[in-house]
Amino acid sequence: MTSATDPNFARPAPPTPVARAAREALFAAIIALGVFGPLLAFRTTQDMQNRLIVETRYGLIAIVVLLVFAGRFLLSLWFTRERPEAGPALGARLSGLMPQGLRDIVRTGLPPAALVALFVYPMMILSLTGGSGALKWIDNFGIQILIYVMLAWGLNIVVGLAGLLDLGYVAFYAVGAYAYALIATKVIPATFPGLGVWAFWICLPVAGILAAFWGVLLGFPVLRLRGDYLAIVTLAFGEIIRLVLINWTAFSNGYEGISTIPRPSFFGVPFNASDTGFAATFGLEFSPVYRTIFLYYVIVCLALITAWVSNRLRKLPVGRAWEALREDEIACRSLGINTVNTKLTAFAIGAMFGGFAGSFFAARQGFISPESFTFMESAVILAIVVLGGMGSLIGTAIAAVAMIGGTELLRELDWLKAIFGRDFDPAQYRMLIFGLAMVAIMVWKPRGFVSTRMPTAFLRSRRAVSADHVKEGHG
Amino acid sequence: MEVFFQQLINGVTLGSIYGLIAIGYTMVFGIIGMVNFSHGDVFMVSTFIALIALMILTTWIGVGSILIALLIVLIVAMIFTSLVSWTIERVAYRPLRGSFRLAPLISAIGMSIVLSNFVQVSQGPRNKAIDPILNHVFVLSAAGGYQVTLSYKQILIVVVTAILLAIFWWVVAKTPLGRAQRACEQDRKMAALLGVDVDRTISITFVMGAALAAVAGTLYLVYYGVVNFHDGFTPGVKAFTAAVLGGIGSLPGAVLGGLLIGLIEVFWSAYFSVEYKDVAAFSILAIVLIFMPQGILGRPDVEKV
Repeated sequence: MTSATDPNFARPAPPTPVARAAREALFAAIIALGVFGPLLAFRTTQDMQNRLIVETRYGLIAIVVLLVFAGRFLLSLWFTRERPEAGPALGARLSGLMPQGLRDIVRTGLPPAALVALFVYPMMILSLTGGSGALKWIDNFGIQILIYVMLAWGLNIVVGLAGLLDLGYVAFYAVGAYAYALIATKVIPATFPGLGVWAFWICLPVAGILAAFWGVLLGFPVLRLRGDYLAIVTLAFGEIIRLVLINWTAFSNGYEGISTIPRPSFFGVPFNASDTGFAATFGLEFSPVYRTIFLYYVIVCLALITAWVSNRLRKLPVGRAWEALREDEIACRSLGINTVNTKLTAFAIGAMFGGFAGSFFAARQGFISPESFTFMESAVILAIVVLGGMGSLIGTAIAAVAMIGGTELLRELDWLKAIFGRDFDPAQYRMLIFGLAMVAIMVWKPRGFVSTRMPTAFLRSRRAVSADHVKEGHG
Repeated sequence: MEVFFQQLINGVTLGSIYGLIAIGYTMVFGIIGMVNFSHGDVFMVSTFIALIALMILTTWIGVGSILIALLIVLIVAMIFTSLVSWTIERVAYRPLRGSFRLAPLISAIGMSIVLSNFVQVSQGPRNKAIDPILNHVFVLSAAGGYQVTLSYKQILIVVVTAILLAIFWWVVAKTPLGRAQRACEQDRKMAALLGVDVDRTISITFVMGAALAAVAGTLYLVYYGVVNFHDGFTPGVKAFTAAVLGGIGSLPGAVLGGLLIGLIEVFWSAYFSVEYKDVAAFSILAIVLIFMPQGILGRPDVEKV
């Protein structure tokens, strides 16, 4: 790739493409042998006496090295074929195939169509699978993905709009979840037991406000920081909150977490088999699927509120100030924008949506522990925001569906066991594939899936701008 | 007083390991201004490579002298870890050079996830414990019924760290390679104009950082005797804290910061609470970055328009 493709590098007789591809592939295979060799060819494991022994897996490493060789060989051949110089990108060529009218229909029609699909999804699943099978599809795919969509949209306010790189967003998610869990299990039964069925609806705003308060609290010390430093400090804050939740057992019950968190009610009507329960009240046969469908619609509404609020905020002075701050902080200060307030509102509002999502998460699970709020969650949410193209709500939603839905799908691939043997569990490769996808998408499209922006302030006509012209913020 | 001396010895040992990892962070940050998020996991991978090499040497080949075995393990771990780091730089970071700032960070986080999950899948999620090695201890003082001890392991760790830091310092300060590195750190474009192969220099920087992380990984294996696939994140963040505390971009700063973080962690555990030792490390990270972002030996950052 380096000297071989350099046009200024004169060689006496250029090797044939196949020979060169073979040489590059051989090189890649040797590197792969070195990189994967120690960890794949040998496996440390405990024997019967619980002593550590080394097993060998030479077959596996041979397969991997051969795969790398073949992959690199084909890739080299593909890249040395005669190709039109400076042709339009693949995406542009693909969209060029569509006539202009169709493209407009896709652009204007996609969001409403997606909305309709979102609302009929549980009904569709229910009619397709019937009863018990639907639970998994609505819960694992619908609710799970939508929680990440909402978190990503919340974080998008901080990272995408205000340009403040936050790696500790999960802290606010944890604040929301613990706020709901502690108030609903400790405070409400002790003070107003009659409000038990309303717990979720009372705690939801409280959790949001508490998270926003924490957003300001953690945002205040980091006002002066920018860029990577800000990211690391927010990471530290996120980890501190998690470690305190682990160690302060009197408050949070430590690793054991909080269980028997009350589930949300249908505005006061609980989802249980009793005579006053949801099914009896509406004359239906009792089934756990109603609660899941209800939870689905709650998270749909919460996510849509997040999207609507962040879209509206972009058009308000504070939203314009966020985007100006992202573009150039010094210019903002020179023009008299109060950067302290601007940053703090971004932290607070982003954290508030994290808090809402957290309290919904606690209500959906019925059990929370610090394990759910590791740094990995923050990284996943930030990855979704960046992969989607920072600042783009649609792109973020697409990224969440692709990344979370894609990795969830791995749990469903039981037929792979027929090929790779009974011990093969595709779900354990979830995060490995997630990480590889993060790297691959960044290398392929560093600006994310949707790399154009619709400006809210414009001169004469409103035109999409390329994301290359959008700054990612200094802090 | 005996407790104090014992903790001082432990702290210096731990700090040596952090310092070795911190150099990898500080060099990469100095040269391309990027927080190499996967460095902690590269360190973790090196502990596994060292573990496998040690197992093969002692159980299969039956190398009699543990010191010779450890020397071979150290070299093997350095070579393979460097190769891993070189490949990561080549695959995940180099295509993103000159791209927007968040892209390499996300790519590095992705690589960190890949490394820890790759080790989990290929080596299994359980703790891997070896039989303790180099168990002899010197009793330095036994006054008041409390023994202050210095173990062979601790001597080994401090001596190996000192030797490798000396070699490393010599490379950076006296060789053409080190000069190219320092040139790239100051002004990459100008260095390229003057004939420095910038890409190659950056690759070598990653390789050197990884080699030192592999030394740390081998010493970590010797000291604790247990490795696990998720042991990369926390030492990684602590080493990064060390790099920041010492002044990021400064090599003596990284070592100084490492020693300080090791001492702080050990003394905190001894005198306050073990549970909150990681909270202490993270708090120091936040406090240093907020109030003293240039660190102890770093240069202040000038805000440019």
